[in-house]
Amino acid sequence: MDLSAFFVELANVWPRLLQGSIATVTVSFQAIAYGSVFGSLLGLMIFYGRMPARICGWIYLDFIRGTPVLVLMLASFYIVPLAGLGLSATGAGILALSAFCSAHVAEVFRGGLAAVPPGQAEAAKSVGLTFPKILFYVLLPQVLRQALPAWINAAVEIVKASSLLAVISVPELLLTTQQIVSRNFMNAEFYLVCGLIYFAINLTLSKFGKLVEKRLAF
Amino acid sequence: MNSILEISGLRKSYGPLEVIKGVDLAMKPGEVVSIIGSSGSGKTTLLRCINLLEEFQGGDIRIDGQLIGYKTSNGKRVALPERERAKNRALTGMAFQQFNLFPHMTALGNVTLGLRKTRGMAKDEAVAVAEKWLERVGMSQRKNHYPIQLSGGQQQRVAIARAIAMNPKLMLFDEVTSALDPELVNEVLNVIQDLANDGMTMLLVTHEMRFAYQVSSKVIFMEHGVIAEEGDPKEMFHNPKSQRLAEFLGKSKFQ
Amino acid sequence: MNYSFDFVPIWRNFDTLLYGLGIGLSLAALSILIGVVIGGVVAFGLVSKNKPTAWIAGLYVSFIRNIPILLVIFFMFFALPQLGIRFSKITSFVAALSIYAGANLAEVFRGGLQAIPKGMTEAGMAVGLRPMQIRLSIIIPLMLRSTLPSMGNAFISLFKDTSLAAAIAVPELTYYARKINVESFRIIETWIVTSLLYVAATFTIASLLRLFEARLAIKR
Repeated sequence: MDLSAFFVELANVWPRLLQGSIATVTVSFQAIAYGSVFGSLLGLMIFYGRMPARICGWIYLDFIRGTPVLVLMLASFYIVPLAGLGLSATGAGILALSAFCSAHVAEVFRGGLAAVPPGQAEAAKSVGLTFPKILFYVLLPQVLRQALPAWINAAVEIVKASSLLAVISVPELLLTTQQIVSRNFMNAEFYLVCGLIYFAINLTLSKFGKLVEKRLAF
Repeated sequence: MNSILEISGLRKSYGPLEVIKGVDLAMKPGEVVSIIGSSGSGKTTLLRCINLLEEFQGGDIRIDGQLIGYKTSNGKRVALPERERAKNRALTGMAFQQFNLFPHMTALGNVTLGLRKTRGMAKDEAVAVAEKWLERVGMSQRKNHYPIQLSGGQQQRVAIARAIAMNPKLMLFDEVTSALDPELVNEVLNVIQDLANDGMTMLLVTHEMRFAYQVSSKVIFMEHGVIAEEGDPKEMFHNPKSQRLAEFLGKSKFQ
Repeated sequence: MNYSFDFVPIWRNFDTLLYGLGIGLSLAALSILIGVVIGGVVAFGLVSKNKPTAWIAGLYVSFIRNIPILLVIFFMFFALPQLGIRFSKITSFVAALSIYAGANLAEVFRGGLQAIPKGMTEAGMAVGLRPMQIRLSIIIPLMLRSTLPSMGNAFISLFKDTSLAAAIAVPELTYYARKINVESFRIIETWIVTSLLYVAATFTIASLLRLFEARLAIKR
């Protein structure tokens, strides 16, 4: 391995790596945001909904969790244009990642609700709170605190899974790296750099999660 | 007659905290010695040193004349390699407060493990020996049961069989009835009494004063890491020499 | 949306899809076996009292667990040959999956090791077993038993990850699905059937594992 050549090349391509990293973070962030909103609603539906709604929720969960993310992504990539939604490849990728994220979050959220002792809701009822208020003021704060570590884990999974957008030609970090090495042939060096960037992004995410967790601790 | 156990000047500390401060003890074949004392007096630690489950910083322990755990080389005290220590440990048998049966093996599997792996017995031979001892502790009916399917007293009897099947020179019992429900204590004590009658050399740490009185040829009272008083059980229990022992026996409600 | 469903081209190729599914399952099975060995060794490294050993094991686990598996696959397939190490496509894919599974299982096994009471080791020592004998006869069987459900989950997620073999053109289910998709243009049908095949397979594996666990549980 020629180190000086590597650093010269790194100086050349770092703006592209930065662009790729930003794309990875942006895509992951959107998927996590959409997935979390939809996943929370789904979790509520599975925990409190009527039987038919629950069954639909479970079928969706099992279907998404049983299918590889790559298959979700390819399906979304090929099917979405048919539906005439006018989504770009990036949009199709985000859709697939959001679906994947929502299944994780729904499960985390449902587990969190189940872990709150039933006495909590009863105590809230006995002081005359209505269901939405019980949910917002009593249950959700406890669920969020309890589910935070698992939610951060899900977020890390999404960042990792965003690399699959490379397969549908969205130039995020991994595809950018592939394009770089196909020109300079420094495969080992730049795949390692790529790994270090993912490592840094996810470590930041985990550390941030730990920080919030400490803040929220009671 | 040669001593089975010979401890001289034993010292043991956890960092700056010294828990055994110079203990001397000798046991002859067939002797049954009970160690009593309040918790934190060092009695369990003493037992664990003899089985080399703890390091000790000073003194010698000999079992059947053999120095265990450490050797002196070029005037320095060095720990024996783990392989040698494993052999040393097999000289003594140990029964634990929490039984420590292996949950993934049947009663029979628990007893044969050491026979096969340490004593190098063939399977048939190990099974025959194990069955003999399980019979002896009244557990042959349940030899194919897993620990989770046995009561605490039954588990402890299997644990005793596991230790004694190794044919140790000396059996160590570490508060073997403390974790048991009161109604299960006697079945275990009966097994120990039976072994004592048979001439097994045994060292017990116990809170069962009545049992210690009944079974022992000698009783040791430990306090603050030293042997505070020792002697014939009748003498010790009826006419304690020190105020401390008298108080301890008073608290233990031994009448 | 004006789309008329036609599953005929899919059924015509159904045996190919099933064959791809079988390839995926075999790749996952091989990788989990190697992964369990790697994970077991690394887990003992993680709990080792030797600082450098624990540090290296920790670095391996946290690095691999924080990067995409596709990157590991690309590294094994594209970068290693550059360093003079040449494998076949399938070997490099199985190696990547095993390394990935090894890191995840090491974390699982570490938890299992830490949950084993100290008394188990002491009881082994008391009957004169040597450290390696204690590990082989007592610690490892207890660890494997208590982590069985997590190993099952690891196998399922590994099986799903075999879909990534398509990215380096190893022919398995996703690869064939994409091929049928492009050749027949029965887009929705292809992906519905493919997805259902994965779901059915993971569901079956999960059920079988639960049955197996229940079997083992009675014996304990």
